[in-house]
Amino acid sequence: MAARDPVIVGIGLSDYPKAPHLSTLEHHAQALQRALADSGVQKGDIDGFLCAGVSGTSDDAVMAAEYLGIRHRYIDSTMTGGAAFEFHVQHAAAALRDGLCEMVLVSYGSDFLSRMGRTLGTASFGSSRRVSGGAMWEAPYGLPLVGSYAMVAQRHIFEFGTTSEQLAEIAVGVREYAGLNPLAMYRDPLSVDDVLSSRMIADPLHKLDCCVVSDGGGAVLMTTEERARDLPQPGVRVLGAAGGQTHWNISQMGDFTRSAAQQCAPEAFGRAGVTPADIDTIQFYDSFTITVLVMLEDCGFCAKGEGGPFVAEGHLKRGGRLPMNTDGGGLSASHSGMRGIFLLIEAVRQLRGQGGEAQVPNCELALCAGSGGYLSCIGTVILGRG
Amino acid sequence: MEVVRPEAWHKPLPDPDATERPFYEAAARGELRFQQCPACAHRQFYPRALCTACGAAPEWAIASGRGSVYTFTILRQYHAEHFRDELPYVVAMIELEEGVKMFGTLTGCEPEAVRIGLPVEAYAVEVEAGTAIPFWRPA
Repeated sequence: MAARDPVIVGIGLSDYPKAPHLSTLEHHAQALQRALADSGVQKGDIDGFLCAGVSGTSDDAVMAAEYLGIRHRYIDSTMTGGAAFEFHVQHAAAALRDGLCEMVLVSYGSDFLSRMGRTLGTASFGSSRRVSGGAMWEAPYGLPLVGSYAMVAQRHIFEFGTTSEQLAEIAVGVREYAGLNPLAMYRDPLSVDDVLSSRMIADPLHKLDCCVVSDGGGAVLMTTEERARDLPQPGVRVLGAAGGQTHWNISQMGDFTRSAAQQCAPEAFGRAGVTPADIDTIQFYDSFTITVLVMLEDCGFCAKGEGGPFVAEGHLKRGGRLPMNTDGGGLSASHSGMRGIFLLIEAVRQLRGQGGEAQVPNCELALCAGSGGYLSCIGTVILGRG
Repeated sequence: MEVVRPEAWHKPLPDPDATERPFYEAAARGELRFQQCPACAHRQFYPRALCTACGAAPEWAIASGRGSVYTFTILRQYHAEHFRDELPYVVAMIELEEGVKMFGTLTGCEPEAVRIGLPVEAYAVEVEAGTAIPFWRPA
């Protein structure tokens, strides 16, 4: 290990899944306070700041830096949707190696549920009647967010014979882990039949193929191996991080069954010097069941088109060889709009051996795969026990 | 393609720039356009000020308006005004004979009858004077 290798030394989650007492910035603040307590890091030592925001306004990162009182030497407001945080880790790792900063904060907060209600996937966004840019080619036709993923699922079913039962297995497995997380939004056991008999939202996706809507925020503190040695928590090493983009608006997705993970996952594995077979747990962005299936294939855990049978064999479930979303995921625990930071935090918890009842045995390597937009931007991060 | 003029259009309207505007104006005359690059022959939609393959300035080409369903969904829940009253309805990606894909509402059959591969044709809906957008129906 080299002195400036990037290491995650602190994590914090703000109150979730329901936190009507917290604003977006208060989520950022609370998550940071908890990450400071977790890590023993002094707030004044933070000199790198990465923040995607959630309101979508251009001043999110600088506003959050002002509110939190971060005197940064390095700032990055990369906004690739829910995958932004995996991109942030890639950027922060490079900045730390290059000496642009010494202690990095990746920060996220959202009061989505309390502010918008439970309609993230089927809500009407923006009230403007005139639409420009890439969204202009879709807006007149009325496709809510869930519809984009439904079109991906429909094509996957057509090309590979994937079934709704196989997709449902993803939601069932994640729910079992949610049952072990006292904070998860939904904890009661789920069956494949429960998923299939839930209301159809956008064919072929049922209500229980869709993630929950919650409040919540997170903070991740990263520094160099050299600095990490003096801190109390077992450091978690950033072994490889890579990202990519195939489109932004769904109608520009060239091949609806293939994501940028086909390009960035091999890069992340290459940098880490490991293969999919070495991974002990995956933390995947489960905005919808189909999101997981496409990324599983594209990350190389099975061949393209074989995600359905792979999932049905139970590998992603508790006791399987590739346990996924051990905090209950977006499908059952929390999804406050951009879930990528929760993937990192849960992976760190597992690699530290702090997973409690949900602890994956002998957990040494984790892959986080974030999806932003409509499987548009994929960020992959491989983390290793220190 | 046939141009249909609804009595009123309450849904979102396009706000095109100078590159994009000719597409909507042509559609209002019944002509469905896409772009082709004179330098590398790459075909693309939506229209842009550059070829996404090589960066050259693309030219307009005219599509037959015929294609087939590449993928689709039947929307059954959507809270947006002017759409919720029309549920369930079909939104589809259409693969044109010319190889480019276009997006739009598919009408003219029961939602449950839509399949990937279904042959479709474009028709234009004039959403305001001189501006039309493509819709799709079984051919």
